[in-house]
Amino acid sequence: MAPILDINKLYKNYGATEILKDINISIEPGDFLVLVGPSGCGKSTLLNCIAGLEEITGGTLSIGGNDMTHVSPKDRDIAMVFQSYALYPTMSVAKNITFGMKVRGVDQATQDAKLKEVAQLLQIEPLLNRRPSQLSGGQRQRVAMGRALVRDPKLFLFDEPLSNLDAKLRVEMRTEIKKLHQTLDASIVYVTHDQIEAMTLATKIVVLKGGVVQQIGTPAEIYNNPANLFVADFMGSPAMNLIPAQATKNGSGTEIAIARETGDTLVLKDTRDLSLPKDVILGLRPEDIAEAGFRAGAGVQEAECLVDMVEPAGADTYVVSELGGKQVTARLHAETSAQAGKMLNLAFDMSKVSYFAKESGERLN
Amino acid sequence: MTDLSMPHTETRTQSATGKIALRWLLYVLLGLFALYYLMPLFVMLTTSLKSLEEIRTGSLISLPREVSFDAWKTAWSGACTGIQCEGLRPYFWNSVLIAVPAVAISTLLGALNGYVVAQWRFKGANIIFSLMLFGCFIPFQVVLLPMARLLGMMGIAGTIPGLIFVHVIYGLGFTTLFFRNYYVTIPAELTKAARVDGAGFLRIFWSIFLPLSLPIIVVTVIWQFTQIWNDFLFGVSFSQAGTQPVTVALNNIVNSTTGVKEYNVDMAAAIIAGLPTLLVYVVAGKYFIRGLTAGSVKG
Amino acid sequence: MSEWLENHLPKVVLAPSFIAVLIFVYGFIGWTAWVSLTRSKLLPKYEIKGFIQYERLFDSPRWDTAINNLYIFGALFIVIAMVLGLLLAILLDQKIRVEGAIRTIYLYPMALSMIVTGTAWKWILNPGLGIESMVQGWGFTNFKFDWLVNPDYAIYTIVMAAIWQSSGFVMALFLAGLRSVDGEIIKAAQVDGIPTWRIYTAIIIPSMAPIFLSAFIVLAHLAIKSFDLVIALTGGGPGYATDLPATYMYAMAFSRGDIGQAASSAMIMMLVVFAIVVPYLYSELRAKND
Repeated sequence: MAPILDINKLYKNYGATEILKDINISIEPGDFLVLVGPSGCGKSTLLNCIAGLEEITGGTLSIGGNDMTHVSPKDRDIAMVFQSYALYPTMSVAKNITFGMKVRGVDQATQDAKLKEVAQLLQIEPLLNRRPSQLSGGQRQRVAMGRALVRDPKLFLFDEPLSNLDAKLRVEMRTEIKKLHQTLDASIVYVTHDQIEAMTLATKIVVLKGGVVQQIGTPAEIYNNPANLFVADFMGSPAMNLIPAQATKNGSGTEIAIARETGDTLVLKDTRDLSLPKDVILGLRPEDIAEAGFRAGAGVQEAECLVDMVEPAGADTYVVSELGGKQVTARLHAETSAQAGKMLNLAFDMSKVSYFAKESGERLN
Repeated sequence: MTDLSMPHTETRTQSATGKIALRWLLYVLLGLFALYYLMPLFVMLTTSLKSLEEIRTGSLISLPREVSFDAWKTAWSGACTGIQCEGLRPYFWNSVLIAVPAVAISTLLGALNGYVVAQWRFKGANIIFSLMLFGCFIPFQVVLLPMARLLGMMGIAGTIPGLIFVHVIYGLGFTTLFFRNYYVTIPAELTKAARVDGAGFLRIFWSIFLPLSLPIIVVTVIWQFTQIWNDFLFGVSFSQAGTQPVTVALNNIVNSTTGVKEYNVDMAAAIIAGLPTLLVYVVAGKYFIRGLTAGSVKG
Repeated sequence: MSEWLENHLPKVVLAPSFIAVLIFVYGFIGWTAWVSLTRSKLLPKYEIKGFIQYERLFDSPRWDTAINNLYIFGALFIVIAMVLGLLLAILLDQKIRVEGAIRTIYLYPMALSMIVTGTAWKWILNPGLGIESMVQGWGFTNFKFDWLVNPDYAIYTIVMAAIWQSSGFVMALFLAGLRSVDGEIIKAAQVDGIPTWRIYTAIIIPSMAPIFLSAFIVLAHLAIKSFDLVIALTGGGPGYATDLPATYMYAMAFSRGDIGQAASSAMIMMLVVFAIVVPYLYSELRAKND
């Protein structure tokens, strides 16, 4: 099957400033692609380029197999949901939803039928005669989605649609969007700066930084095998522990030496067959450091560490200790007896470790 | 409030009396200033209702002993502006004929320009806007001479269309500014959403921006109307006998040297000339003030 | 074709206005500048003769009077209107019950044409029948108030009328400024026990610096352009005692038939406005683009 969206060597400049550099992305029908990155990384610009709201400087872009590089937004067969919802303030909810059809000259009967269908799907029937100003944030969000859904486009574009909602509503709407995606089997490109949103929604994630793609992959790939230090640090909360260390080959495995604040060195063994340079950054997610006895496996190694801080978070308790000059977070079970200022035996799951080059930050294993 | 020992209560009463006195002083001051601002209007009104005889003998601020509307009648239809003695009436209508189309055209153009500058930014749009904005501030003396020649070459010198043209041209800067400042507060996403919905430049303007624009249209129309109605410089420079606006005619009546000086007629004429803008101010003062402040405080 | 039009429609729509401004503002300024360098009299000539018109201008006693009057008028008008406007704004800021009505009264002169204002004040200041005779009628038979017809004082009558017309507007500007000061700062000061007048002098007024600047720009601009008021109130007289650059320019252009002088005096006015407005506009536009 042809990709629903194919971006090829896309460049975007504002004057002399390069906003997007050599973007290559391709998604299949039914994919939920999330563009994620810190603010200013170019993700919204990329979405605007896909929509045709911004001219691209170089490269090509096709939607549903048709070249759309220079086609205006209205002819791209897309629909878009905006961060501020962008509801037309002087039109009722119904008019907001049908405006696109009206502009395109769709007959009234079809408009009414489609409106009814979408209103039912989103449960906004009682709101149809209201003005946007009379709606709550969540309701506006639904109307904005209704306006997109009614068009039944090839591709849906979402520009940070949840960032104006409060925390509770955001989680609710996130679930709802996921459900919609599954029921409609729609193809979606979704921009967010929230990595949790990215992880929960996406079938495919693109991590952007400074207009350059850092990594493309499934949520699991991105989470477990981050391509570089930036992705490792950006995806996951609390963030991956990134600890400077020294690697020495020892037989088939590798010895990893980490400096401690006490002056001695913590040596951990990675039994995997790796070829690493001497200076590395060791990356280990908090959940891969457990209290001794609670984690078993071939790569698990235990070591006594001084606990600096204990942060109970309900279901888990986070314990912070200093290793290699960094604050290292471990995610322990809630009933842990760890106490600040005391030693605690921690279990490091070395089979999960990612290694990154110290200078370039690229992944080594 | 919980501590009510005697000495405290005493000082509190003292300061309370002081406060009341201050309050009174405040209101007296405000009242005096109100009198200051109202006095000329009052004098104009009473003078216009007095007979010439009473004006000569009575005091400036006394009420008319006998109310007479003769001066108003003369001012409207009989006072002399130089050689002609038709009163203000024809000139009043000249002003209407100038102001109505000039306001309508400059407001419409301003709305379109503001919409482009605020929502359809293209390279150089900001420079164009700056150049237009600057045009608001030039002293018009600097364009009087070439404009007089141009109007002559276009064959509309001394005509009402000529004055409409001049007012539209030099009103554009302000009308564009008003609409631009209003439209930049409307999120750009609205335009984007409409474009994705399939609407084009004019459709978006017509269906989305114009329905939103009522407040700023009112502000702009009031501003332009006041400016054009009250204009004297363009009126006196680019009109001829018969096409003069009301301000020019008023000045001619007041300064016409033929016959006896009829102060009551002068005052009635002044009130008539000022009435439309005064009315607009009383009816829509809120918008008038918004225009004034928007015209002076950019951004 | 239609695709091209759709893409370029914004430019197409803006173009006529832009071209009009280019011609009728910048082109015309250029024309006036050019003519101010020629020997144009009744008709414009286009042969550049250097700064002869400007030399004539600065040698002319009438222009000298006009410039002096502009100084007097401008300085008094701006200072008094600002002080009065600020005072009125502060008085009105004390939670006055009928604030709306009072504001309306203070501001209505701004809706009037300068010609109407001039006509009214001409009558009020008329020595024979106006204030002078009124006060004399009260028994002060020696009272004299003939500024309107006194060449040394006539310019001050223009100041009086101009202040009456514009001070309410300055009040409105300042009142908006007072109201826009962050309420929490004022509350914090009140909690600290700072007296009201100190809150005004130390906190509120200093934070209104941009409004002072705006008011100054507007008033200066009004002062330089003042034309109608002089025509209606004094006609530039007695003699040319109350001439301002604007009336000088008009007299040269339309009654003396001295286009060269008119152009050069207009250019001087333009330069003065430039000197005041350009830095202001520049900073405003830059601040907005950030």
